[in-house]
Amino acid sequence: MAQGTEDLENLIALMAKLPGLGPRSARRAVLHLIKKRSLQLIPLAEAMHRVGATARECLSCGNIGTIDICDICANEKRQNGQICVVEDVADLWAMERANVFKGRYHVLGGTLSALDAIGPEELRIPKLIDRCQSEGVTEVILALGATIDGQTTAHYIADQLPGITVTSLAQGVPVGGELDYLDDGTITAALTARKSL
Amino acid sequence: MIQWRDEGILLSVKPFGENSVIAEVFTENQGRYAGVIRGGTSRKLAPMLQPGAQLQADWKARLSEHLGSLTVELLRSRTAQAMSGRLALAGLNAVCGLLSVVLPEREPHSDLYVQTERLLDLLPNAEVWPLAYVQWEIQVLSDLGFALDLSSCAVTGATEGLSFISPKTGRAVSTDGAGEWADRLLPLPAVLKGEGEAEAEDILQALDVTGYFIEHKVLAGLGGAKMPAARMRLIDALKRG
Repeated sequence: MAQGTEDLENLIALMAKLPGLGPRSARRAVLHLIKKRSLQLIPLAEAMHRVGATARECLSCGNIGTIDICDICANEKRQNGQICVVEDVADLWAMERANVFKGRYHVLGGTLSALDAIGPEELRIPKLIDRCQSEGVTEVILALGATIDGQTTAHYIADQLPGITVTSLAQGVPVGGELDYLDDGTITAALTARKSL
Repeated sequence: MIQWRDEGILLSVKPFGENSVIAEVFTENQGRYAGVIRGGTSRKLAPMLQPGAQLQADWKARLSEHLGSLTVELLRSRTAQAMSGRLALAGLNAVCGLLSVVLPEREPHSDLYVQTERLLDLLPNAEVWPLAYVQWEIQVLSDLGFALDLSSCAVTGATEGLSFISPKTGRAVSTDGAGEWADRLLPLPAVLKGEGEAEAEDILQALDVTGYFIEHKVLAGLGGAKMPAARMRLIDALKRG
């Protein structure tokens, strides 16, 4: 690149570190932004600056927002005695998109993993136990992945919450799914969790 | 190009870069091997790459000291079986966790592989699984050079009245042979002698003994490696019943 383009090179290098982008696609994105300077580049830069200054984890549930207590936790109507435990903020957002669950959430920040030395203290499990005691929680819904680590974490949490109803999401045939395309494990789980009609 | 193809059991998966993972497989003829699986986080591959999965693995690298790349095909998933119960889940984690820590890399342990495959296939049978797990840990110790010899007393040579096990040699000691050293020896659980009903309490006592040797003989030689938390969770699950 020509002289006097250090800032551009720096921007391309930073963009190339984003998920889904490499050096070539980052270069294309930066060129596009420069061409749409007033429409996209400047608003994007301002939005990123604002989020960089204000984004933080909710002190209660671990959701990401711009205030200490997120909208969901601040909403009194959502204190219905149910807490849905999710692994990551992306899972919380997915649950919210479905617009079905009307309680509150708790983001663990990962799953237990013996090999990666991720124990209960590295996750937000002690905070969940505190919340269950202080918020009068009657049911904890474990919306964790149908993976070995996810289910290990689910059993661990269930053990830590005696006296509270602990449920987990069902596992089986996805909506719009056809049996022919399902793996053995999913069919086994679906058959085990069958229900009468 | 160096390459091999073998059947194996997936032990662990760690994210590597944006889309790839570093997987560790325990294969019958090659031992514990690691390799990069390109696209391992994809929707197609990620569900296959659960610990305990039976895979056909193809490993290749330009030089033998390279990490190498793995391509895998799922032969049998054990995820649904493992997720059927707390004990099965804890057991699968303990097996994979322990092998990841104690097995040397790239060293074949064919007998142990066969026994590990059998053990994992027993996962849904909660009645026999804990005893099979104890026997598997004894096989692990044996494969790593710390075999327990419980056939006769190390002091008197007697084959009857064996009540203790030497923490130094792993050999059985009879009550008569122990004498005043009895308090320095480990109690020999009936399960390890092939006696008793193999109740949860007996299994826990046997795991105390195998755990002692894993910790003091195997892990001690691995530069401060610790007993995997997954094994401790298995013991907790057995205590809860």
